[in-house]
Amino acid sequence: MMEPVSLPPLSRVAICGGTHGNEMSGVYMVREMQKQKVHRTESVSITTVLSNPRAVDACRRYMETDLNRCFTDALLSAPITDSTPYELRRARELNAQLGPKGSPEAVDLLCDLHNTTANMGVCLIFYSLDWITLHIYNYIQSKMTSAPVRAIQMDLPISEAYSLESVGKHGIGKSIEVGPQPTGVTRADIFNMMKEAVDLTLEWLQKLNSGSTFEGGEVEAYTLVKSVDYPRDPTTNDITAAIHPQLQDNDFKLLKPGDPIFLSFSGETVKHEGEELYPLFVNECAYYEKKIAFHLAKKVTLTFPSISVRKED
Amino acid sequence: MSSSSCNNSACLNEARRVAIFGGTHGNEMSGVTLVNLWVKNSAEIQRKGVETKPFITNPKAVEKCTRYVDTDLNRAFTPENLSAPGGDNLPYEVQRAQEINRIFGPKESPDAYDVIFDLHNTTSNMGCTLILESSKDHFNLQMMHYIKKAIAPASCLVLLNEHPLLKYSTSRSVAKHPVGLEVGPQPQGVLRSNIFEAMRVILKHALDFIELFNEGMEFPPCTVEAFRVLERIDYPRDANGNIIAMVHPNLQDCDWEPLNPGDPMFQTFDGKTIRYHGSGTVYPTFINEAAYYEKQQAFVTTRREALVASAIRKI
Repeated sequence: MMEPVSLPPLSRVAICGGTHGNEMSGVYMVREMQKQKVHRTESVSITTVLSNPRAVDACRRYMETDLNRCFTDALLSAPITDSTPYELRRARELNAQLGPKGSPEAVDLLCDLHNTTANMGVCLIFYSLDWITLHIYNYIQSKMTSAPVRAIQMDLPISEAYSLESVGKHGIGKSIEVGPQPTGVTRADIFNMMKEAVDLTLEWLQKLNSGSTFEGGEVEAYTLVKSVDYPRDPTTNDITAAIHPQLQDNDFKLLKPGDPIFLSFSGETVKHEGEELYPLFVNECAYYEKKIAFHLAKKVTLTFPSISVRKED
Repeated sequence: MSSSSCNNSACLNEARRVAIFGGTHGNEMSGVTLVNLWVKNSAEIQRKGVETKPFITNPKAVEKCTRYVDTDLNRAFTPENLSAPGGDNLPYEVQRAQEINRIFGPKESPDAYDVIFDLHNTTSNMGCTLILESSKDHFNLQMMHYIKKAIAPASCLVLLNEHPLLKYSTSRSVAKHPVGLEVGPQPQGVLRSNIFEAMRVILKHALDFIELFNEGMEFPPCTVEAFRVLERIDYPRDANGNIIAMVHPNLQDCDWEPLNPGDPMFQTFDGKTIRYHGSGTVYPTFINEAAYYEKQQAFVTTRREALVASAIRKI
């Protein structure tokens, strides 16, 4: 049994959408929150941000470079020149507004909203093994019935963490990834799941700040082991196979050696070799250019202590 | 089109020149992949007595994996565009349209290709859909009837867009017999194996039909059930033109199913339901197609209609 933890109230949260301009749930979520002038609950001040406004206007993932790869310590501190891409400049602005990353001025929690074309339901992604994100995950998972809720823990030190949610204080932040949804499309069922996850996050923060104690426990999460590219033609580098129908839409279903993973255009089946692992981000459209057909992960059990807010005397 | 009535059949010329267009929208991956495959190795699409040409219509859009570069190629084949002067100063897709019209047309002339299949994907849950531009194209009607029978019990529906205002100037309209092939649901930029193989099978049967027709087979009169486009329904918007609601969960993915007056149609971002208040039951399709947000279309309504095809045989 872990020692209970107490911490100061979490009074500032940022909700970001449109980090990828064509992942629509987050774009509409942020716009709706801004329209309803949601800037606080009782104890939490909420900043809503459209992270990549130019990409949102163009309904593209990014203009020059992927904004969600621009937040490593190195990239945030590199000198700006005339040829610095738009997204690197924007990353600086976001870091100044919501961070700076690694400083006490950063927001207490940064929540970045994403969609995926993969059948991943609701998936939280976080870097640090801090108790706050684990508790939020546990809370959302226990309350949401409309979709499976899972988590991916990214095994990188905060300095090397490249995505927006690492800008929160102590790297506390998470992406909420909901799928499947095509880029450029808003599905009501997916939007509703995203809204429920955001509302539960704010609810948890509110309860914590009001003095609730949240019991410790255990949750299952996934950590990435490796990624697999599409089979390609050795001369042209063109893809020669599609994700096999038996793998398609089966994210988080254990993949065993011998299970089919690709079906080539000429009809051959390519099978999985190696250890049993869990596939995720299966057929995510943005990953074709990153040479990823799917990621493979192992399941881990994460333990966390009971948590409550430190009472001010 | 040269035809005459003999013995109650419509006698038509052989279909000697056929084209298969992929990449008219550069991020609709089934057609891009199939055409690239067949450009490299056309064995699968060869048929006796037919010259079948696979062709990527919008290579720049394909390279960028985007729908279009300057303007939608599949709306670009208007008479104004096809005769516009200006060469290199014209939008990229207008230049492409003129080039395609030179190679496969000229549109509405006797030199035009006999058949063009234009391969598309949609984010809508439309399954396999054949798109017909004229209810009087007996050759196409017979082809679609043949395909539907050949793939049964799997289904392939026919969408007829003959609406004077909603009809548009497609790439395939250059040919005497334009056939649109739309398969979904598939996200843009994604290649799904099942969608790819379904499109491939439909084309196989389509080419078989052409081969049989050219060999002299007579196709008796038949009825083809189709869905005729009635009207385009936009998303509810505010005074600034911003979308304020999404396709309702009850309507999402229900392409081709009846939408009755009073049924939920949209859900606002703050959770309210907006209902359909038309005068009768309609059959919606192209529900929540990504590319149509900018064209002010959440879905189109259709009505069911039985189209009658005359018997056909070659001259």
